[in-house]
Amino acid sequence: MQYDIRVTIQYSYPSPASSGRHLLRLMPRALPGQQRVLSRTLEVTPAPVEQVNGFDFFGNETAEVALASPHQESSFTVKARVECLREGQGFDMSGTLPGLAGEIAAQPDLTPDAPHHFLGPSTRIPRHDGMAAYAREVAGAQTTVYDIVRALGQRIHEDFAFNPQATDVDTPTEAAFEQRAGVCQDFAHVMITCLREIGIPAAYVSGFLRTIPPQNQPRLEGADAMHAWVRAWCGRQMGWVEYDPTNAVEAFNDHVVVAYGRDYADVAPVKGYMRSVGDHTTRQLVDVEPLENA
Amino acid sequence: MTAGVDGSTGDDVARLLQGYRPADGVPDELIGPDGAVRPVWDSFIRALAAQAPEKLAARIGQGEQYLRDAGVYFRRYGPQDTGQRDWPLSHVPVMISQAEWDEIALGLTERAGLLEQVVADIYSDNRLVAEGHLPASLVANNPEWLRPLVGVKPASGHFLHFMAFDIGRGPTGKWWVLSDRTQAPSGAGFALENRMATTRVYSDMIARTNVAPLAGFFREFRDRLTALSGADHSQVGILTPGPLNETYFEHAFIARHLGFPLLQGDDLTVQNGHAMIRTVNGTSPVSVLWRRMDAGWVDPLELNEGSRLGTPGLLRAIRAGHLTMVNALGSGILETRALMAFMPRLSQILNGRDLRLPNIATWWCGQENESAYMRDHPQGMMISPAFATAPVFEAAQANLSVAEITTRIQQNGPDLVGQEQVHLSTAPTLIDGALVPRPMSLRVFLARTASGWKVMPGGFAQIGMVPDSNILAMQQGGRVADVWIVGDSRAKAKPILPSNPAAVLRSTPGRLPSRAADNLYWLGRYVERGEHIVRILRAHHARLSDSEGPQAPLLQASTAYLASFGCDSAQPIPDSLLALIDNARTCASQVGDRFSVDGALALSDLTRTLTEQAATALPGDSAAQAMSVLLRNLNGFSGLVHENMYRFTGWRFLAMGRAAERAATMCGCLSAFADPDSATGGLDLVLEVGDSVMTHHRRYAIAPCRETVVDLMALDALNPRGVLFQFNQMETHLRHLPGVELHHQMTPLSRAVLKARTDLALQTPETLSTDVFNLVLAGLIDISNQTSLAYLT
Repeated sequence: MQYDIRVTIQYSYPSPASSGRHLLRLMPRALPGQQRVLSRTLEVTPAPVEQVNGFDFFGNETAEVALASPHQESSFTVKARVECLREGQGFDMSGTLPGLAGEIAAQPDLTPDAPHHFLGPSTRIPRHDGMAAYAREVAGAQTTVYDIVRALGQRIHEDFAFNPQATDVDTPTEAAFEQRAGVCQDFAHVMITCLREIGIPAAYVSGFLRTIPPQNQPRLEGADAMHAWVRAWCGRQMGWVEYDPTNAVEAFNDHVVVAYGRDYADVAPVKGYMRSVGDHTTRQLVDVEPLENA
Repeated sequence: MTAGVDGSTGDDVARLLQGYRPADGVPDELIGPDGAVRPVWDSFIRALAAQAPEKLAARIGQGEQYLRDAGVYFRRYGPQDTGQRDWPLSHVPVMISQAEWDEIALGLTERAGLLEQVVADIYSDNRLVAEGHLPASLVANNPEWLRPLVGVKPASGHFLHFMAFDIGRGPTGKWWVLSDRTQAPSGAGFALENRMATTRVYSDMIARTNVAPLAGFFREFRDRLTALSGADHSQVGILTPGPLNETYFEHAFIARHLGFPLLQGDDLTVQNGHAMIRTVNGTSPVSVLWRRMDAGWVDPLELNEGSRLGTPGLLRAIRAGHLTMVNALGSGILETRALMAFMPRLSQILNGRDLRLPNIATWWCGQENESAYMRDHPQGMMISPAFATAPVFEAAQANLSVAEITTRIQQNGPDLVGQEQVHLSTAPTLIDGALVPRPMSLRVFLARTASGWKVMPGGFAQIGMVPDSNILAMQQGGRVADVWIVGDSRAKAKPILPSNPAAVLRSTPGRLPSRAADNLYWLGRYVERGEHIVRILRAHHARLSDSEGPQAPLLQASTAYLASFGCDSAQPIPDSLLALIDNARTCASQVGDRFSVDGALALSDLTRTLTEQAATALPGDSAAQAMSVLLRNLNGFSGLVHENMYRFTGWRFLAMGRAAERAATMCGCLSAFADPDSATGGLDLVLEVGDSVMTHHRRYAIAPCRETVVDLMALDALNPRGVLFQFNQMETHLRHLPGVELHHQMTPLSRAVLKARTDLALQTPETLSTDVFNLVLAGLIDISNQTSLAYLT
């Protein structure tokens, strides 16, 4: 499956920003055997005075740009053609939850995909007794780790309302959990917190969803902006699986991966800092179109 | 009975020590197991005993005075009090023999080397984890393991350049490491100040005792930092979180002492991978930052996003190899309490031998055997969060019951670390004039120099204030004491202060950061505005009692005029005046490294007077008198600034601010009180406020009229209170500011000054209307804006 992706993020400032520096994580990720990036471009306006491309710790592609002064609007646009090669999940090769801790401990490894990074609290993932109890209740009725991941995602999808008015980008995970509502970012943060509470390594995935659903299928929530879902480690044999709790589906060919991290703070599409006065406003435009004959 | 060289007798010593009773079970630094004074203390104790108590008290007073005059303080964060505290110096130094110190120094130097190896591995290929010597989760879950720095090799080749260790002497007399300080260790500057103060108390004794001096340590480290900055014009800077930090005084002190600029995140910007200081001359490169800021705050783009203390993009400069951080960002992971559990093993793995100086026994409860041991032996253990980085006195929880410890290990073992509750040796301190033994630990500083690690010969001792020798007793706060490393031979005694001029630390003139210039400019403005308000208030209150009360037209005019500054004339000391002086103090504290301590103290005095007067002064004569007191304080401050302050670029900005404010307030005052329609008596009030009554009397043979008053207060170029005088001052300052070309081409700022000056200077007393004053006021606003644009942003 191939997609033409176009994403634009715009900022407007009430008064001219005298200078700005931004760190972008907007490029679809190359994932050997799962996702190929066929072409891609980044456009920044105003034209940056500095641009340095690189990769962060987790292997996400970054672009650090410095903008010239002064400007009242800035925008970042990525256009990319991506081929998704992910078929459905094979057999459940995950073990039971009690065995998982031993499997994790047997990985003396700190490379970016190692499970250890994704177990403790992180910037947006708290320790939380309520979510621990919620997760344990779901896990109690399941046999394997893979079952637990899917059942928990399904349960969150059922219990939580998708409501963009309920939260914003800075809403704490605890608040989203209390009100059982939010957007994809909140669904993902809640699910990650739950999984880590019961000892399953869980990561945050930012990316895109196809905008127009295949015929006779419902349009997925979150397709008009950047999307977020969850990656969970199901043991040494099965490795990482991806689940989208907002839509209660496993993430395969409708999901295009941009970045992996411990939570939103690791993968925010635009981190920015500018010298200006007053609050800025943001606009995000996303378009993910399947190619006709690909 | 024979008298010692210092005139003391055995009787004196016995009297001094008669109430000194070391506890059983722990060594005492002063008294040996045989009950006699240890040899290393002998000379000092004899000299101390020979002192008459009142003479000693007087000398201690001098030491305290030194600390106050030097402005030594620290800031405490807490629910009750976030103010500045006096530095709690214990006036009895701790004596350590050179031989014992050499052994400590060897052990700590070895530990520093080991920590360097560990941190280098943690930030490169993680072999210690891969080979099972360090648990992966201890690194992965560690908030101080900064992933953006993984794989980044420090440009200098080393992560660690400056470290501190807390060490204590245990019951067997052996020294133990209590804490490793690797992030941004504080206290080295305080150690130097302790020595200065102690030298004042014991000048003769320190000269007779062979005490190792401290200055060489700082000199070598300064030279090392300068060498690291490279051969080009790049600089070394001290990076501080700012005046709200608890040890800001020390940051400013070290910056002044070493001659490096004190920088905040806002002072820096990143251009093409280079860190640059924003200065009044444009940007200027900096390639070494001795940071006193925890790593997370340094770069909001890649580290703590919420930080407003840092500089976006600084990691880019580090990655590009153009910036050396002292210590490297991420070194804070070595402070992790739980890591101490692994140090004995790591020493074996990496160096093939046991730690020369062990750390206190530590069990990380994230491991099965260790947490089982802790559950079985909770007695005598103290518990800290596993990832805590604070010194043990702050991190460890005291008084947990055995049951509590067991429960917490069961609930969340990996978050906990247990450490043995060691007992510390005691050292003497003075309480109510008597020597008493109190528990003690030492903070020792190490700096990497061209020839390897150097240990500061001394550091400081922390003295607990309760008799209990258990390490946890130190949590209740205490004092600090100077540490004297006493050599064997008296013949080799050297003076403490370097007498060789080449050895004196000399400051090199740096470029003035824009933020410092901005603060100095506003300091000048605020103080001048404060003085103007005080003068108006004095004139107002002096007239309250001898006229027809507040309803008199002139008093209505002065009430309205005061209101234009936000001042309520019904308040003898208006709140907004207090706020204004507070603003001035804030500006002064932001430039702690460039502004004299005396100046800051003068501002503190001013605030104290204001607060006292606010409580007692009543409207009328009482308030007028209070204003006279305040004016004397203000004159003291101005005298310091304008008589004593070196004419560096920063002073120009301060003087620019004062001149601009004085011109503006005098124009405003003339508009309000010297207009043809102003209330009767206004002209006298202007002369009084402008401190020009006598001059007017001498210059003009007639009673004040509008023409003579505006002539004297606006157009007379010789009147230092007049408006034209201020413009002439500004033109002089401008010639000394950066950016003035050889041919003196006009800049927007010099044009603005010339225009406003001309608007005024072409007038005659007859044509100088209130409209003209308003025009000049508008010109002054333009001058302020152009100053900001050219230098301050």
